[in-house]
Amino acid sequence: MAETATVPSYRRAGGIGRVLERYPFLPALVIVVALLFLNGFFSPNSLSFRALTGLLSTYMALILLSIAQTYVVYAGDIDLSAGAILSLVNVAIVVLMERWGGGAGAVLLALAMGLLLGLVCGLVNGLVVAALRLQAIVATFATSIFFTGLALYILPVAGTPAPALFWRAYGGRFFGVPFVFYILAVLAILLAVLSRTRLVTQLLAVGDDPQAAYQTGLPVVATRVKGYVLCGLFSALAAFCITGDTASGDPLVGGKMTLYSVAAVVLGGSALSGGWGTVVGSLLGALTIALVNSVVFFMGTPSEWQNFVQGLAILLVLMAGVLAGRRGRS
Amino acid sequence: MSRINSFLRQPIVVALVLIVFLLYLGEALSPGFATGGQILRLLIVASLLGIIAAGQNVVILGGREGIDLSVGGVVSLSAIIAGNVMNGADGGILPAVGACLAAGAFFGLLNGLGVTLLRIPPLVMTLGMLGVLQGLLVVIRMGIPSGQAAPALSRFVTQPFAYGIPGIIWLWIMIGIVMALMLNRTVFGHRIYAIGSNEHAAYMAGVPVGIIRIALFVISGMFAAIAGLCLLGYSGTSFANVGEQYMLPSIIAVVFGGTSLAGGKGGYTGTMAGAVLLVILQSILTTINIEESGRQMVFGATLLLLMMFYGRGRAMRA
Repeated sequence: MAETATVPSYRRAGGIGRVLERYPFLPALVIVVALLFLNGFFSPNSLSFRALTGLLSTYMALILLSIAQTYVVYAGDIDLSAGAILSLVNVAIVVLMERWGGGAGAVLLALAMGLLLGLVCGLVNGLVVAALRLQAIVATFATSIFFTGLALYILPVAGTPAPALFWRAYGGRFFGVPFVFYILAVLAILLAVLSRTRLVTQLLAVGDDPQAAYQTGLPVVATRVKGYVLCGLFSALAAFCITGDTASGDPLVGGKMTLYSVAAVVLGGSALSGGWGTVVGSLLGALTIALVNSVVFFMGTPSEWQNFVQGLAILLVLMAGVLAGRRGRS
Repeated sequence: MSRINSFLRQPIVVALVLIVFLLYLGEALSPGFATGGQILRLLIVASLLGIIAAGQNVVILGGREGIDLSVGGVVSLSAIIAGNVMNGADGGILPAVGACLAAGAFFGLLNGLGVTLLRIPPLVMTLGMLGVLQGLLVVIRMGIPSGQAAPALSRFVTQPFAYGIPGIIWLWIMIGIVMALMLNRTVFGHRIYAIGSNEHAAYMAGVPVGIIRIALFVISGMFAAIAGLCLLGYSGTSFANVGEQYMLPSIIAVVFGGTSLAGGKGGYTGTMAGAVLLVILQSILTTINIEESGRQMVFGATLLLLMMFYGRGRAMRA
């Protein structure tokens, strides 16, 4: 028995297992394609270029937030404050853009400040969880209350509009191609580069077995802190997208998105226990949530039943994601 | 000296010392904060949180990253079921209790089955269930009005019941005693600790691990249902997503009570102190005259500060 346990898993796994090990996000991709097909079946119009662009610009924030969540989940941590960071950056950049006049320079400077704010929030989380060694779930819930307070201080009630320059650019086209596709392209390059960095490998190593990682000489605490910083930065990017989509500031906009970001990570086949996962899976997981909502709408579900059917469908795909992910690993 | 030191480091002692300190602080900030009637009001709110935390507590004790995020949804659902079944009539209380417990047990059972049979991580399973429950609440709300609490139920929760103390606080004390006996004196209780600290060893020793873990989620659902019922009595009528605000605080109360989120270590008596501590802290923040934003920042920072007193993880050693 002991002998078989040492055999690398891919040799034991069958064909499907081997493919899943190589492409862990495959189940999520299958689900996304199936949902696209269902969307087209119930409403051919929903697969039009225009409709898909709309879907993407609405859910780009969730996609980025799910990617943000993935980097902390890699290391076996969790960030329940990601949505609060999104809200905080959202109100901060909107207020700054307004204060600085709403010109192109003001917008860029405000975005830079937003990134810095996301970085600082992530650093706070990282220090609290990894350096002070508080339990991630409760500690990041506490910081989420703090960040929400800060967002309420900056903008007590929702409503300050973002400058037209900003949301027109986000919803607009350049050379005939919608802006969100440029975001998607840049994101793809960014993720590809990141996935080749030492940091991501270290995050996965820490998540797989912190003790072993420590004994190998990895700076475990620093790595986990960096994971949270990365999460803060991507949460800030998500805030840019939600600001482009809603064209205004709202101190509570991200509150509900945190748990969806966790769900998207699981849908993408990543293990919440850490050490195993892909950001592409999380992107597909966020798209799954978007498409489930859209299918339920186009199916003609009575409005009062929509939330229930969405909740049930997401629970079912969550379970499917976990089961498929396990198959890939076992 | 070292004996005193280890006594002072016990989570429940930490919580009690902090409670006394916060009561003094509250009294200093706004005279009248720590009077008898005011403390009873605090305890009513704490008992609502504490009853939910009882279920959360056993699920966490059972280990394997046990956690129940669906309690908020079950509390809301139970409040609305109770409101409709009793609809302002005392005669409807018993059927309402039965209906709420059945609903809580049902959703707890689904959670437990998903976690044990399909081996879905509890966080994922209960998170998905929360979404289902929230959707179900929308369906129910569109179809029927939210319903009214029976006068007797409202009296039980808000008015003195025996020896000048409201019934819900007596109920909470009873739950505390039953939980302490169950965890420390029964086979079931010992088995909870066993599967929480080492599931494999417990399985090898013949403990029916799966059945016990399912039971823990059922218990959690039922405690959340009881809390929803009491919450209806507290507010008179149920309103949208009334239970959601208790979801994460119920986990914090457990942590402040000294139960480790890793499972297998802790107890409910500490959780009760943790719930009181959390409610007093919130209450102090509402009495001092600052903006909502400042209140939230102070609350978040204080929670972090308090967590420093409790089960911090161990540093890495080679």
